[in-house]
Amino acid sequence: MTSGEKYVAAAYLVVFVALLAWVAIIAAKLARLSRDAEELVELARRRGEE
Amino acid sequence: MPTRLRQITLPVLAWSTVGLFGTALALVFFYAPVDGDQGLSQKIFYIHVPIALTSYACFGWGAAKAFLHLWKRPPGADLESYAAIHQGVIFGALTLVTGSIWARSSWGIWWTWSSNQLVTFLILFLFYSAYFMLRYSVEPGPARANMCAVYALFGVVLIPVSWLSIRLANDFIHPTVFNQHGPQMAGSMFLTFCVCLAGLLALAGTMYRIELAGKRLDSRLRELRELLT
Repeated sequence: MTSGEKYVAAAYLVVFVALLAWVAIIAAKLARLSRDAEELVELARRRGEE
Repeated sequence: MPTRLRQITLPVLAWSTVGLFGTALALVFFYAPVDGDQGLSQKIFYIHVPIALTSYACFGWGAAKAFLHLWKRPPGADLESYAAIHQGVIFGALTLVTGSIWARSSWGIWWTWSSNQLVTFLILFLFYSAYFMLRYSVEPGPARANMCAVYALFGVVLIPVSWLSIRLANDFIHPTVFNQHGPQMAGSMFLTFCVCLAGLLALAGTMYRIELAGKRLDSRLRELRELLT
């Protein structure tokens, strides 16, 4: 691999890794929101039973 | 957001991004010619410049939403301004990193303080990074929304300064590809650049819409929790 090829690969890889990191962060946020929603459904159900 | 843009559903936008990005990468590596002067490292141009322009677009969009918040006060404009500036900071960080890699490859240095374009972009990036410090140091409410909107509007002045700095100061280090005679590159290179820019703008749009949907869902769940407890 030439020096130019290494720099080009590094530049495109940085963007790809940043995109992957963003997807991972959004996935973690979605998981948290899903847990919150489940908790609220459970809370509403208990309220209904009372 | 204009009504026509809002009508594009998120899945359509996301698949358009995938299509444009795939096409852009194919054009960069299999269609665009290798530059006679810089060699293969010139291909960083196709990712670095569209990312920089996308970050300008995001900051501009954030400022437009901030202006709308101060002017007409539509619900959600503050959140939209925040989401756009967040995207701008992400793309701004990528601009600095890819620019540094290109600088190292072409000039043999990671950074130079003598280039006005680099320094003004760094100032713009730091200015909008500080937006989050302001936002999270004030209690949520109308006062925070107004302060953030005014701050976002001040920052937009830096965009034309950053864009024009190399044209006004005869910067010999940072190249000027677009001048009054049009793009200084071959047609195939310009086509590749345009597809890359479209792909990155679509990516920013997708990320913006996903982030907004997440934030809105989060705030509705909070309201529901308050009602139930």
